[in-house]
Amino acid sequence: MLTLDKLTAGYGPVTALQDVTFSAGKGQITAVLGANGAGKTTLLRTVSGLHRPESGTISLDGQPLRKVNAEQMPALGMVHVPEGRGVITELTIEENLRLGGLAKGGKLRSEDLERVYELFPVLADRRASLAHTLSGGERQMLVIGRALMSEPRLLLLDEPSLGLAPRIVAQIFDLLRGLVDDQGLSVLLVEQNARSALSVADHGVVLNLGRVVADEKASVLAADDQLRHAYLGF
Amino acid sequence: MQQLVNTALGGLTLGAVYAAFALALVLIFRSTRIVNFAQAPMAMVTTFIALTLIDAGYSYWIGFAAALLSGLVLGAVIERVIIRPVEDKPEINAVILTLGLFITLHALAAVIFGNRFRSFPAPFGLRGLEVGGTTIRLTTSGIFTIAAVATVMVLLLLLFRYTDVGLRMRASAYNPEVARLLGVRVGRMLTLGWALAAVVGSLSGLLIASGGLVHPGYMDSIVVYGFVAAVLGGLESPVGAVVGGLTLGLSLSFVSGYLGSELVALAALLILMLVLTLKPGGLFAVASARRV
Amino acid sequence: MNRFLDVWRHSVLGRHLLTALIGLAVVVVVLESVGDFRALQLAAMAYLGIAAGGLTVLTGINGQISLGHGALMAFGAYTTALLLDDPTSSMPISLVVLASTAVALLVGTAVGVAAARLHGPYLAGATLALAIAVPGIALYFGSFLGGEQGLRVSLPDVPVWALDLEYLLTGTEMSRSQYVAYLGWITLIVTFVLLANLARGRVGRRWRAVRDDEVSAELAGIQLGRARISAFMVSAAAAGAAGSVLAITARLAAPSGFTIVLSLTLLTAVVLGGLGYLSGALIGAGLLTFLPPFVTRIGGDAGLSDIRAAELAPLVYGLVMVLVILLAPAGLVGTTRMSLAGRRARRQMAAAGAAGATTGSPGTTAPHDSSDEHDPGTPQASGSTTPKGSTR
Ligand SMILES: Nc1ncnc2c1ncn2[C@@H]1O[C@H](COP(=O)(O)OP(=O)(O)OP(=O)(O)O)[C@@H](O)[C@H]1O
Ligand SMILES: [Mg+2]
Repeated sequence: MLTLDKLTAGYGPVTALQDVTFSAGKGQITAVLGANGAGKTTLLRTVSGLHRPESGTISLDGQPLRKVNAEQMPALGMVHVPEGRGVITELTIEENLRLGGLAKGGKLRSEDLERVYELFPVLADRRASLAHTLSGGERQMLVIGRALMSEPRLLLLDEPSLGLAPRIVAQIFDLLRGLVDDQGLSVLLVEQNARSALSVADHGVVLNLGRVVADEKASVLAADDQLRHAYLGF
Repeated sequence: MQQLVNTALGGLTLGAVYAAFALALVLIFRSTRIVNFAQAPMAMVTTFIALTLIDAGYSYWIGFAAALLSGLVLGAVIERVIIRPVEDKPEINAVILTLGLFITLHALAAVIFGNRFRSFPAPFGLRGLEVGGTTIRLTTSGIFTIAAVATVMVLLLLLFRYTDVGLRMRASAYNPEVARLLGVRVGRMLTLGWALAAVVGSLSGLLIASGGLVHPGYMDSIVVYGFVAAVLGGLESPVGAVVGGLTLGLSLSFVSGYLGSELVALAALLILMLVLTLKPGGLFAVASARRV
Repeated sequence: MNRFLDVWRHSVLGRHLLTALIGLAVVVVVLESVGDFRALQLAAMAYLGIAAGGLTVLTGINGQISLGHGALMAFGAYTTALLLDDPTSSMPISLVVLASTAVALLVGTAVGVAAARLHGPYLAGATLALAIAVPGIALYFGSFLGGEQGLRVSLPDVPVWALDLEYLLTGTEMSRSQYVAYLGWITLIVTFVLLANLARGRVGRRWRAVRDDEVSAELAGIQLGRARISAFMVSAAAAGAAGSVLAITARLAAPSGFTIVLSLTLLTAVVLGGLGYLSGALIGAGLLTFLPPFVTRIGGDAGLSDIRAAELAPLVYGLVMVLVILLAPAGLVGTTRMSLAGRRARRQMAAAGAAGATTGSPGTTAPHDSSDEHDPGTPQASGSTTPKGSTR
């Protein structure tokens, strides 16, 4: 689905990613794990076109994305949910969702809206309220719902578990698993919460200081005590 | 009593114009964090375009439409060519840039259209209406002014609330990065915002000019009143700008009527400083913590 | 000669005083060789230079913008006009200038206190409001301040000692225009020495610290408000002195002389010359004085009427202002200085590279030339690092 080849990126003199190479498979959840500052956010921002890489290639279904801007990504079937969630708090819940529906270009389809409301009834009840009235967990539902509005094939999620109670995290991960299994969605999931992420993911990539130090099946990573202690902290 | 009513009516008409100008400033500020001081000479230039057409024998309304249309183009071109490069620079660069633009347009108009006062026709009568035997200071032109501004407000409201492009514009203003991730071409939305703002600014320029004199500097003080009105409303809220404009128009009308017209600008300065000191987020701000 | 170099190298005040002396000598040579018309033009350059110098301190060094300096000049000008109203008064002209400075300083303190919390567009808007409000005061107190017509300024006689000195030095009589020009330029030199010393000293360091980063400045124990207000005061005082010289040069203080256009013109001078450089303010003032006649002549030759041709000059500096911000945000002096410093740094690096020294990454050899003027190459128009949208 998504393939990174020798991707290198940084901020001026700071190198945040160095020769990162891995693929995220179709219909799978690929978890990218690593400590603070490992380069996970930079990775997603580079993939979605918000940050320019220094070298390397990113391809989606074998097509290199060199000349594609961030705003064209949804039309290609890829949606990035940024760190800190990216709810537009000044808009209402429904307006946030409508934006998601417009992301591919073209008109909004009301059945998409109904589908998301079905998935997250909390949002349906409060559709006309401003998004800043939502709790952290509700916001996470909103941004995932908003991303689903454009029926993406690949979802990039940056730390969806941040600041959420374990129960809510489990709920959200279950939901993701369901979407992947039932609808063939692919997910690139960036997480610090390695234990939960590996429990839901098919595949795991571990980043340390911008380099890939492990690229394995999730179950293999979870069983590797040495790696867990060294990089994943559990 | 009659003077009171007349002063209030005059203030309302003027307030409508300030409201339109403030709205133009707010539309730009909330999406680019730039106060477009060049809005005044931009409106002046488009009014001169209207005047040139009217003097050439075309109808008032052709001139009117041409002014709004040229405002649209001017706003878009200026954002694209001049403002875009400083959008991510320190705010003082943009301030100086808009002032440079201010001087340039001013001088350009003086070179092309001449540096003297010229009279601008009014679309409707300038005589006060008769109500119950007395003449009040509300003219047909004044009513047109208020109606035109109200129409534009409603149209903008409909655009922002109920259309896809309006939603995209608001998203780009509030959170450009997330908007981009949702497929919004933020740059295009900024250009559109500037273009719309320039149309509204041009409208206020036309309304002030109607039945009066125009000159390359005739909008200079309006940019200050528009700014004060916009700050009264919080500088980010279109509704606030309208309320701020009406409030300011009324206040200044009373200052002018009861204290002397020379003190109008001083009163505006005082109002501005009071708001910035006591309620920096505008009259309707809930939280008062805000960097101004 | 060695002593001279020593002073140059080690004492900031000494360096400024020596520069001032050289400047004075140049002024004498120039003013003795030009006619009355040029002398008055040079006097105009002097008052623009004084005001622009003050504005440079405020905007370039402290990062505050002011579109109200024309209004502050009005306070100086009206004070001068009132003090010189009585032809029998024997108040020395230097005291008149000082008093005008003091009045503008007082007003500037009030404005500075009110403006201390404001930033960027808010400060610009508030000072713009000041610029359009002040002429109204002159109209409101019409009977006292002359209304629309303004106040005529009666220039006192040239003092005898000045006449004598001129005669001793050159063997000619000093004309009134020459006298006015001397007055302007001596005021300018005194103002610039004071401004330069302030800018180089502890106060200036504080101003710059506040401009560059408010949070760190506050952490370093600098009181933001106090730093801002003091910068505004100093700059307002300079505007007052400039207004006084303007009134004496134009022999008039009238509201039409202090419109927004004057305030914007001052800003132009500052931007043209390079924000933060006193020398730049002087160059900017020179351009503002000598460019208009030149451009107007070109316009006249091209077939424009006089009135329209006169507008070509503002057109040129408006355009230049836009281009400076877009292409060379550090202005004339700043850009030259930066490119010189950059070239020097590159040369040094090349030398170091040739010597096989590999320490010192490109990031650490900043092109910083501390022996030079007030503000070693701020890359942007100002160092105000506040990103737009921080209030979002
Ligand atoms: N805008 C920036 N400018 C300079 N350096 C940056 C910037 N953003 C990130 N970095 C640096 O790049 C490196 C990688 O940062 P990144 O945000 O990708 O890490 P992360 O893995 O997402 O961390 P976290 O788990 O804390 O979110 C870090 O060293 C960080 O300091
Ligand atoms: Mg991160």
